Amino acid sequence: MVASLSRLSFVLFLMILPGFSGKDLPEPDFKIISFEEFESLAAKESEKLRIFNFWATWCAPCVREMPYFEEANKSNTDMELYFISMDDARRPERVTSFIEKRDIQSPVYLLNDVDFNSWIDKVNPDWTGAIPATLFVQADGTRHFHEGAMEEPELLALINQLK
Amino acid sequence: MKNFRTTALSLVSLLLTSTLALAQNKGYEIGDTAMNFELQTVGGSQVSLNGLSNNQGAIVIFSCNTCPYVKAYEDRMIELHQRYAPKGYPIIAINSNDSAVSPGDSFDAMKKRAQDKNFPFAYAYDETQEVIKTYGATRTPQVYLLEKEDDQYLVRYIGAIDNNYQDAASVSEPYLANAVDALLEGSEINRQTTKAIGCSIKWSR
Repeated sequence: MVASLSRLSFVLFLMILPGFSGKDLPEPDFKIISFEEFESLAAKESEKLRIFNFWATWCAPCVREMPYFEEANKSNTDMELYFISMDDARRPERVTSFIEKRDIQSPVYLLNDVDFNSWIDKVNPDWTGAIPATLFVQADGTRHFHEGAMEEPELLALINQLK
Repeated sequence: MKNFRTTALSLVSLLLTSTLALAQNKGYEIGDTAMNFELQTVGGSQVSLNGLSNNQGAIVIFSCNTCPYVKAYEDRMIELHQRYAPKGYPIIAINSNDSAVSPGDSFDAMKKRAQDKNFPFAYAYDETQEVIKTYGATRTPQVYLLEKEDDQYLVRYIGAIDNNYQDAASVSEPYLANAVDALLEGSEINRQTTKAIGCSIKWSR
């Protein structure tokens, strides 16, 4: 009886644990998505400037610019940031441990479609396929695309111009 | 009025010049004549398009040591060279990354990689980045398939090696092999350009 009671309270403890994680911000989202899922995400109506940054854990220039995006997201309530990972979907733990280690707060979606030629032009015809690359979707649906890494002042200026 | 016309004219010419400059920066398109290059290889010799003999063309691949996509394709590059070099289309792999930005792409590291993988093809160093700037590649790996005609090299295919970097057995479109086969058969290349996610070029700062 005592044993089953303690087991029950342990289960109850586990159930309420996420509500008391002690963080103000919600846990970051991580999902493996198809290109169709990415497309509907990018096409979703929003009053905010939405930013989709294409990156990978092994891509040094990508990793270097990530904090600029996260900082900008913290100080701009009228933007929404998504990190779209190009990592290998057979090894999602590489991404989840990166998220944890670097304390990434924005949602991270691993886009799992290696038939790249079938979808790169749909993101933007100007994209040659190199990463990092960033898609900006304005509230009215207008898209702006940037291929290559960005310095912080350049990113902030672009956000101010687009939002 | 005259002033207005002069301003308008100079604006138009400025626009034209910048459009031209932009077009030039984009590098080669299908049908363009590719420049010759002479680059140091990991084997200690020079490789050049003009120095190739008994060939029908060349498969120039902008490559490097550090990119996971390149690593995923190295065995396929070896296999493609073994299949197509005897038919007149040898692979020339070129690393254009600045080793000051990406130390893993130094010439010494290239030599080591070529030895470890026993590359049968020339692996050359484009230290000044002049070749990649002229060709217009933006990522690794990126292929320029060249056909030799009257001692000139014409660009016939630009893009990816195939459509599945993760698993060679799951490839449904071997773009490069299809393009070389088409040239060998004298038929049309179905897809002349393709895109792929790749590693950005580590440009000199």
